[in-house]
Amino acid sequence: MIAQNSSDTNSQKMSGRRSRSRQSSSGRITDQQIDDLMSKLQSLLHEARVGSHDRASAAKVLQDTCSYIRSLHREVDDLSERLSELLDAEGVSSAQAAIIRSLLM
Amino acid sequence: MEPKSCSGDGNPSRNLHPSKPLMAANFLRCLSRIQQTATNSSVGSRSRRIRRAAYASMAYSAGHRRAWSWALLRKLRCRRVRPVILPRRPRIARPQVVIEIDRAEVLRKLVPGGTGMDYCRLLEETADYIRCLATQVRLMQTVTDSISS
Repeated sequence: MIAQNSSDTNSQKMSGRRSRSRQSSSGRITDQQIDDLMSKLQSLLHEARVGSHDRASAAKVLQDTCSYIRSLHREVDDLSERLSELLDAEGVSSAQAAIIRSLLM
Repeated sequence: MEPKSCSGDGNPSRNLHPSKPLMAANFLRCLSRIQQTATNSSVGSRSRRIRRAAYASMAYSAGHRRAWSWALLRKLRCRRVRPVILPRRPRIARPQVVIEIDRAEVLRKLVPGGTGMDYCRLLEETADYIRCLATQVRLMQTVTDSISS
């Protein structure tokens, strides 16, 4: 169970269709579902060694998720640049051969 | 079948996306095309093409079953020979008056297509997007390592 921070009650109407017994909304999305998704996200982050290993608040998980996505975007940028330099230096066939070899192994 | 891990440590990575072989094939195809057609371009413009190819091959591998890949494909406006009919996803009516701050506002901007979905869907899409992104990064790292060795 993820600990919720106090602003959750205020933001629940905006952020989603959270179904509590007092609300008359669709009722299809339950708190349990959201908690499960949060747990899944948190375990993904754990595997990537991001964030704390304790049960974190929903806000912390979201924050860590955002910074993880940003760092992945940066890695794509850096690797694209690196690949661009490498493709410049390498000949066509040797680069392709190296790639194919590595993927077949 | 479990896709082979290219992380080099011998452990099958649990958070590898299931369509990794497809992603690899797409990306390599783009890479070789870029290499052949952009031999006289600057490093910067080739780098931008490679980056674009990375996101495109990610989105193609995920296909239309994911909102983020569909949004990415629309943004990239990839024109492929094979005609693709994109189904119109029903837009969820958003409340007219926004009083509270959406706790996931930042996340919505980071995940493609994140602004048009409810919170629950956003979390699902985020998890899939992260898995796919991480796989793409690993793929590019593998390619980089193999070329530079």
